[in-house]
Amino acid sequence: MTYVKRIGFWALVAAIVLFSVFPFYYAVLTSLESGSGIFTVSYWPEVFDLANYASVMTQGEFPRNFLNSVGVAVAVTLLSLCLAVTAAYALSRVPFRGRGLLLLTVLSVSMFPQIAVLAGLFEMVRAFGLYNTLGSLILSYMIFTLPFTVWVLTTFMRDMPAELEEAAIVDGATPLQIVTRVFLPLLWPALVTTGLLAFIQAWNEFLFALTFVASNDTRTVPVAIALISGSSGKEVPWGEIMAASVIVTLPLVALVLIFQRRIVAGLTAGGVKG
Amino acid sequence: MTRLTLEKIRKSYGTVEALRDIDLTIEPGEFVVFVGPSGCGKSTLLRVIAGLEEITGGDLSFDGTRVNDLTPAQRGVAMVFQSYALYPHMTVYENMAFGLKLAKTARETVREKVEAAAETLQLTPLLSRLPRQLSGGQRQRVAIGRAIVRDPRVFLFDEPLSNLDAALRVRTRIEIAALHERMAGTTMIYVTHDQVEAMTLADRIVVLRDGRVEQVGAPMELYERPANTFVAQFIGSPSMNLMPAQAGAEGLAAPGCAPVPPPVPLPASVPDLTLGVRPEALRLAEPDEPAFHEGRATLVEKLGETQLVHFEPAGPGSSLIAKLPGGLPARRGETFRLAVDPADLRLFGPDGKALAA
Repeated sequence: MTYVKRIGFWALVAAIVLFSVFPFYYAVLTSLESGSGIFTVSYWPEVFDLANYASVMTQGEFPRNFLNSVGVAVAVTLLSLCLAVTAAYALSRVPFRGRGLLLLTVLSVSMFPQIAVLAGLFEMVRAFGLYNTLGSLILSYMIFTLPFTVWVLTTFMRDMPAELEEAAIVDGATPLQIVTRVFLPLLWPALVTTGLLAFIQAWNEFLFALTFVASNDTRTVPVAIALISGSSGKEVPWGEIMAASVIVTLPLVALVLIFQRRIVAGLTAGGVKG
Repeated sequence: MTRLTLEKIRKSYGTVEALRDIDLTIEPGEFVVFVGPSGCGKSTLLRVIAGLEEITGGDLSFDGTRVNDLTPAQRGVAMVFQSYALYPHMTVYENMAFGLKLAKTARETVREKVEAAAETLQLTPLLSRLPRQLSGGQRQRVAIGRAIVRDPRVFLFDEPLSNLDAALRVRTRIEIAALHERMAGTTMIYVTHDQVEAMTLADRIVVLRDGRVEQVGAPMELYERPANTFVAQFIGSPSMNLMPAQAGAEGLAAPGCAPVPPPVPLPASVPDLTLGVRPEALRLAEPDEPAFHEGRATLVEKLGETQLVHFEPAGPGSSLIAKLPGGLPARRGETFRLAVDPADLRLFGPDGKALAA
């Protein structure tokens, strides 16, 4: 009986792993093949050919696009965290009228589908003179990163014991010093978790990136990949697309692995008082 | 050496009055304890003095200077919190140095002060530890150390012993008393609901109820001459026996008790008096002595050197507790004849206020 249970358990685990990892595995596989080999279905690596990677990295603007993506995602993450930490302090620690309503408003911003705000946002981007710059993406991505970061950090900060803040006040700390020197070091897990999620969102975003940026050298990776085209209109360069996709996925995998333990701590720490 | 003056201090949260017109002067170097049942406003009063709560009305002055609008750091107060509130991510050293660093104190001075404080509190070997690696008593000492290094004008304690176990509580109480000796010039204010802490530590005790000061005085003064029935019951353990009494021709009569001569001269006829007698003032009557109270013990609590004998009156009257020597072979159901020295009786008027001699 226990055998059956154990086998069943591992079979389920295997199914889940297969389901979530297979697409990425197949992308890696495809990216290593070349020529017509791509169109024969195989589940094991038969050739090891880095030509696709070489051509992605040397031809066109892909390296530039990659750097754009890094810049945008890092800027969005840092800006969101800075704004969210200060906002969370006010929303969780400073009693004022309409605090609950404000929190709900912040949340409601993230309810609108991207496509609904696209036209209005486009006008805004134009008005600010940000069209076709990375600034337009940084600005628009904060629409979906901020509500989330503000909410998570507010919840975390609300759980900080009040006496800790009061001890800092008695010690002569200003609100900014309380945030930076007392709360931030304790909020690390939450910061890493929310920061990472914000980074991933900004990294993967497609619609805004497609709309607000038009030229090759200001594009970010998701759009750039979609626009990779072959020598003729009829040819889809699957190998290069897959190579680019793998390159784009690696930073995320690396980040998650680096911060893995912090993330777990961050996802569970909110519920238990330290 | 700082003198605190509280004039008509009020604090309200919306319509709830937490403190009502508190008038109090705390002398330089004095150790004052605020006691009272929970919700009496003692912690609020401490936080008002600390500067953690805004003052709704009235004036708070340190040495004659109004400090209502100053921050805690500007007032020069230091506070030990009930939960210690140590910074979890800082070592013991950093915890103690934090306030000084914020005040931009020179690094050598910080080191000197922290090390001196650590030395007196026996924290030197623990300086590089994190709070979570310390025991409750050690954390408590770090919290005290954090307050000491800032050379505060006023030292505030908010129920600092309530998270410690009984044995440690007694030891820390003695340490705090010793600390007061060492820092003789520093005014200290201590909040507790434990009247033993209040009695043992205080130069003066402030008894609070419902945001009002009930009585201020030296511990023994409060014990011997409580201003009203509330203080009488709050100070002393077990609390004072209170019995409704009538003044008559034969003296004061409480139901179930023999009439006694009133401890204070009474006007002709006063109804609804309350007669108070401390359990430790009751003793066994000599065989030829008239008994103040005669009754059957309903419960005997042996405490070692003493025992508490409870009496429930058979007829009308109020229950009574007597604190008798521990060596006495007392048992439940036995009948006792109790006597009391008339000088140990306290009398309270219909409004609960003590009738002074």
